[in-house]
Amino acid sequence: MDLQTTTYLVVGASFALYIGIAIWARAGSTSEFYAAGGQVHPVMNGMATAADWMSAASFISMAGLIANMGYGGGLFLMGWTGGYVLLAMLLAPYLRKFGKFTVPQFIGDRFYSKSASTVAVICLLTASLTYIIGQMTGVGVAFSRFLNVSSDTGIYIGQAIVFLYAVFGGMKGITYTQVAQYIVLICAYIIPAVFISLQLTGNPLPQLGLGSTMSGSDMALLARLDQVVTELGFGKYTTTTAGSTLNMFVYTMSLMIGTAGLPHVIMRFFTVPKVADARSSAGWALVFIALLYTTAPAVAAMAKYNLHATVNTAVAKGGDLYAAENSIVAEQRPDWMKRWEKTGLLKFTDKNGDGRIQYYNDATKNPDAKAKAEAAGWKGNELTVNADIIVLANPEIALLPNWVIALVAAGGLAAALSTAAGLLMAISSAVSHDLVKGVFAPNISEKNELLAGKIAMAVAIVISGWLGLNPPGFAAGTVALAFGIAASSLFPVIMMGIFSKKMNKEGAIAGMLAGLFITLFYVFAHKGIFFIKGTEFLGLIGGPNPFFGITPEAFGAIGACVNFAVAFIVDKMTKEPPEHIQHMVENVRIPRGAKAVDGAH
Amino acid sequence: MNDQGKAYWSATLGLLGKILAIWFICSFGAGILFADALNGIKLGGYPLGFWFAHQGSIYIFIALIFYYAKAMGELDRKFDVHED
Repeated sequence: MDLQTTTYLVVGASFALYIGIAIWARAGSTSEFYAAGGQVHPVMNGMATAADWMSAASFISMAGLIANMGYGGGLFLMGWTGGYVLLAMLLAPYLRKFGKFTVPQFIGDRFYSKSASTVAVICLLTASLTYIIGQMTGVGVAFSRFLNVSSDTGIYIGQAIVFLYAVFGGMKGITYTQVAQYIVLICAYIIPAVFISLQLTGNPLPQLGLGSTMSGSDMALLARLDQVVTELGFGKYTTTTAGSTLNMFVYTMSLMIGTAGLPHVIMRFFTVPKVADARSSAGWALVFIALLYTTAPAVAAMAKYNLHATVNTAVAKGGDLYAAENSIVAEQRPDWMKRWEKTGLLKFTDKNGDGRIQYYNDATKNPDAKAKAEAAGWKGNELTVNADIIVLANPEIALLPNWVIALVAAGGLAAALSTAAGLLMAISSAVSHDLVKGVFAPNISEKNELLAGKIAMAVAIVISGWLGLNPPGFAAGTVALAFGIAASSLFPVIMMGIFSKKMNKEGAIAGMLAGLFITLFYVFAHKGIFFIKGTEFLGLIGGPNPFFGITPEAFGAIGACVNFAVAFIVDKMTKEPPEHIQHMVENVRIPRGAKAVDGAH
Repeated sequence: MNDQGKAYWSATLGLLGKILAIWFICSFGAGILFADALNGIKLGGYPLGFWFAHQGSIYIFIALIFYYAKAMGELDRKFDVHED
């Protein structure tokens, strides 16, 4: 069977499964729609959370980024997992005890203010919408690559599928669908990694293979990789940091706080039966996430090694990397390179006209590498590889069978669709429950509220699809903003709501607005106002990364500090919260008396 | 809040403080601030600082959450605030 037919079959079967599950788990009540009736087992919930959390960015881009960045890429690994420790201990059990459907509802009740809840809705919508646009773009790219349709058609298909199971299934349908999507995506990620780890090191576990010696040699894989890349003028793989140590520190912290503050992740902990389950569910979620996250660095390093080994035969058999006969002849390059050249994501240009491919760092500061390249008559790097293709091309680079390549396609789509569905759920509940029922029409019936939620979801699908079709220079900047907003606005205010009895509404609102504003200001200065090209105002703040060299992606942690500081100062200057609120906080802190989540205001 | 409640809350905060200290030392400490120094030590083929950043801290995070869930369960029962 050829690759195309296999891909159609595998992807088609996975979609049939998701829709089947959605029909089986239709939501009847608002409680089932928003919180799956509060009856999801913690292990199941952990799996669904993992699928919800791991988006197209984790599945497709992360390993490629790590391959490029080396050690510094660890900030994604630590940042996107360490947040679960914060979530499990600081937020999840208390929000579950509080027993309401949504994050803005907690903020509104705790800070006894409709305004606080509305500000929270704005933060939530900005974070979720920006995040979902990236997912829709990802869905479009994945569909177009594997199903041979245009990227636009890919987005339409994606919209239709998400609409079907998110709108009809609600949280219950989404939860069970995500469990299936998790299984598909994790198999798709791990199977090729196991094959490759076996090929290179003889150890089937990628986590151990990365720390093993190369097959048929007594040199460690990482040591050999370090040797090859430094000789070719790249930074040493195991030590190259991301910008500066300070930037890596702050960046990691932003991702952790952002993870704990993203509403679609927090919502997942409303679906378990008990407070104790909310605690362990975060642990299960991290176990399932870690399966992918501990495999990713192995995928990254091994793909980088394989790529170098493909174009330079001296990498595998030893010898002089700069000897002319060791660079492969361009005409004899493998088929997978030709396939990816068509997408424009992999490019080869023969700069010195010798008919061979030279892949090295031509901007190196390493005098040794520079001298050797000049002596060998190399006229510049001839191969550019987009980081995003590393995971998708990985099974092809290692020459794995067609069904593995098809499975990776299904996995990438599962990752993008499950995250999109989770985000849509957060948007829908914020609009229907917190805005429509909470502010505009408190007396709305349960049936109409459900309808409003479904309409909000449909509108969000259309908007995100439309923005996905016309991405205003989005992608990395978008994800940074989503995390920055969650980290700088929602996380601090929820945490203070639980851990400080005296924090009042004035402090909370001022804190949220200050954190949100300063983060948006710093990001927009670099990326343009609402990401519109040409509206950057770097001159105003004194050039790029003016704040101690911190990049805008890493700024969320600073925004969170501003949020805490402003809230604290304003709180000291205004009167303390009423007695019954302080009692409520005391009550939230103990597990006894937890009841099923409901939506009552 | 009665005395029992106060004692429960301060026990909780004590537990959180301990866990967060380990959380910080493993990721920000061993994985970032002291990574260079630790790289001199090898764990199989892994330089140790690199291992903490790319593998070790994730395993430790998981252990921390399950330890937290278990220890909180014990605190809940000790102070008689558990569910059911």
